[in-house]
Amino acid sequence: MTEGERTTAAAAAPALRPESYLEGDHGLRSWLLTTDHKRVAILYLISVTFFFAIGGLMAVLLRLDLATPEGDLFQDDTYNRLFTMHGIVMIFFFLIPSVPAVLGNFLVPLMVGARDLAFPKLNLASWYLFNAGGAFTLWSLLRGGVDTGWTFYTPLSTVYSNTWVLATGFGIFVTGFSSILTALNFIVTIHRMRAPGLGWFRLPLFLWSTYATSLIIVLGTPVLAVTLLLVVAERAFGIGIFNPALGGDPVLFQHLFWFYSHPAVYIMILPSMGVVSEIVSAFSRKPVFGYRFVAGASVAIAVLGFLVWGHHMFVSGQSVYASLIFSLLSMLVAIPSAVKVFNWTATLHRGAILWETPMFYALGFIGLFTLGGLTGIMLASIGLDVHVHDTYFIVAHFHYIMVGGAIMGYLGGLHYWWPKLSGRLYNRFWSRLSAGIIFIGFNLTFFPQFVLGYLGMPRRYHAYPPEFQVLNVLSSAGASILGVGYVIPMVYLLWSMRYGPRAGANPWGAAGLEWRTVSPPPTDNFTTMPVVEGPPYRYPVPSETPT
Amino acid sequence: MAAPIVPVRTCVQVFLALVVLTGITTAVSFVDLGLWSNVVALGIAGLKGALVMLFFMNLRRGPRLLPVAVAAGLLWFLILVGQTLSDYFTRGWLGVPGK
Amino acid sequence: MSAGVETATTPAGAATPAHQFDSLDQQREAAALGMWVFLVTEVLFFGGLFTAYVVYRWSWAADFARASRRLDVTLGTVNTAVLIASSLTMALAVRAAQLGRRRGVVGFLLGTMGLGSVFLGIKLLEYSHKAHEHLFPGPGFRFEGAADLRPAELFFSLYFAMTGLHALHMIVGIGVLGALLWPAARGRFTAASHNWVEGAGLYWHFVDLVWIFLFPLLYLVGRHGS
Repeated sequence: MTEGERTTAAAAAPALRPESYLEGDHGLRSWLLTTDHKRVAILYLISVTFFFAIGGLMAVLLRLDLATPEGDLFQDDTYNRLFTMHGIVMIFFFLIPSVPAVLGNFLVPLMVGARDLAFPKLNLASWYLFNAGGAFTLWSLLRGGVDTGWTFYTPLSTVYSNTWVLATGFGIFVTGFSSILTALNFIVTIHRMRAPGLGWFRLPLFLWSTYATSLIIVLGTPVLAVTLLLVVAERAFGIGIFNPALGGDPVLFQHLFWFYSHPAVYIMILPSMGVVSEIVSAFSRKPVFGYRFVAGASVAIAVLGFLVWGHHMFVSGQSVYASLIFSLLSMLVAIPSAVKVFNWTATLHRGAILWETPMFYALGFIGLFTLGGLTGIMLASIGLDVHVHDTYFIVAHFHYIMVGGAIMGYLGGLHYWWPKLSGRLYNRFWSRLSAGIIFIGFNLTFFPQFVLGYLGMPRRYHAYPPEFQVLNVLSSAGASILGVGYVIPMVYLLWSMRYGPRAGANPWGAAGLEWRTVSPPPTDNFTTMPVVEGPPYRYPVPSETPT
Repeated sequence: MAAPIVPVRTCVQVFLALVVLTGITTAVSFVDLGLWSNVVALGIAGLKGALVMLFFMNLRRGPRLLPVAVAAGLLWFLILVGQTLSDYFTRGWLGVPGK
Repeated sequence: MSAGVETATTPAGAATPAHQFDSLDQQREAAALGMWVFLVTEVLFFGGLFTAYVVYRWSWAADFARASRRLDVTLGTVNTAVLIASSLTMALAVRAAQLGRRRGVVGFLLGTMGLGSVFLGIKLLEYSHKAHEHLFPGPGFRFEGAADLRPAELFFSLYFAMTGLHALHMIVGIGVLGALLWPAARGRFTAASHNWVEGAGLYWHFVDLVWIFLFPLLYLVGRHGS
């Protein structure tokens, strides 16, 4: 295939800056009916930010109530609804879509050197499905929400709860298909649309992570979908699949639920790991150390992650032998994660470090993910888990990974690719300051929770013994700082879109196909479709006029 | 490279094989084979499934990636069933009440 | 071109690939992989139900066998044959598209839809029988000869859930085939470009595959027992 067969319309006028994807068609219709993957990414950015704000608001209310030992701000029942909806909104409507649907959608075609994803219309459909599911969930939230915990354990969710389980369950069901369509698109694009010369072991590691994530989504989400359908059917028609009074088994629900929901946490962390690989390389000016091991580790995490779900069920009546196997496998899954952390560290070693905002987020990720991951290994041990199960230790563990890890990776990626996405540069002072505020606020919020959990404070309770108050107040104070840290980027990023200095094609001097086109890219991504000649992460980047 | 076309003869032969296998599976179910009934029933179903996939769905002649995808789907289903059953099968092995 | 296998070549200028693809071949391969990935999600989707069924059948083996005998094995076997026949007509429809035979595509699509409708009709008949015999799960459920109604009701909950979900997939499938009739009649599907027909074919065969496993699991449990 010669380059001549792969040119696009914009090649006709190479001397002028090609029209970017943000210019071109104007008006609401052109955005709401777009099939351009970059515009779909921006649409997702708006949607997930909206849901993040809602989930964040609920977190504020939760921490406010927890500042005093009595449950005096909300009634018990209201508190149950708050933590349930906080979990549901954050997990299904922010964490799972964030990196794949925003950064993935934007970058996958650019990184494989294609004009768009394999199925652009399915991509737009997935955004509409996402919002449809979100609408159901929002509606149920406004009508009072759900009080079962995001885990929907039966028979509380199917029989005894008097809340909007049906609507919320159905909303999550619909959004699951949005996730599946995105993953399907990524898998086909990466398999079938790579540029000439772009073999699998020349792919940037963000694509390896995205690919592994997509495999998890495709294999796991359907099981959650059918399980939610059964919950809805049981609630609506009174059949007894999970209801012990009718011969059903609640533990079966947990097996089906966690078969997806454990791999789901890898859906949430793997893409951010991919982002970290890209940032660490770019801001050390070095190829990622042990590229093949990091790529392999992504796939290993995806596969092993499906074998460990029973570690959520150690106290549910699961057999001891099965628990032992799940425990052993859970410790094994730490190995590929550790491989990644070691390789990132080795990449940093003797690199030419650039202390830019994305690097701050990446370094924060490495430290906080390691802490969260280590506590995960602690939890894999059955004896310890029985002691801290359903306490704040668990809450701290998963927030270290999800907030200290996944969200930091997302923000790092947003800051790294913002110039490419928007064509603008943001304010360095405010961006680095807010990264620092987030880091401090995060640790103040969640480290005390490890101690609280170990001392025995249960999760999902808003009333607690008075001796726990100091740690809770520290945590709530941290949460307010964290909240401020999250708001500041929204301000300066938006501000930059109008007033920020224009970015060139490669403001960071980074390697990667996405940096070989102008910022923001034209609708067809490249004026001349790229041909790849060597491995990724080659520094120094040859300076060339972007095509 | 274009898609291979299956001859009519092959389609009809596969159809007849599938119908015959259906008859066999129903007939055999009336014979008491004890625990082997399940193996036979699933085995015949697997054979029918393989015929449909290899010939009607063109897995035989298509890209090599596709059988890998099928195998992954089946393997993951087996992981779901297998590890779930491993809980139920091993309950009560240790004499700990409720586990 | 491999010996003994007909292949269709691309006539020059007959159709152009969508703008994100570089060639019709790339587009066709992407469409096929996309459909197969979707089918993998369907395997896991039905798989959740199969898992529930396996767990409960293991727990209540005798009751499930007794409940399964209340299903009509004749209708079930006939229906299996009907569905297999519809897979034959679907395969022939795809073949007609590969050869660019407009009337063949329309004819075999109609045949597939017809056989699919026969399947659904027989299913409806079975469901109405079950309702008549009070075997619909719910407050009106009755099952003679069982001390504990719950396992039998569980069997029928799973029976209706699994065959119902399958029937839903068939209805969608018939709908998709129907939507392809008009473009097929207009000659939209040529030897060079007929991804929709191939994709619909894969989906249809998959729905057949699910039934191939559902049938023995639901209908043929304990047929030999008393």
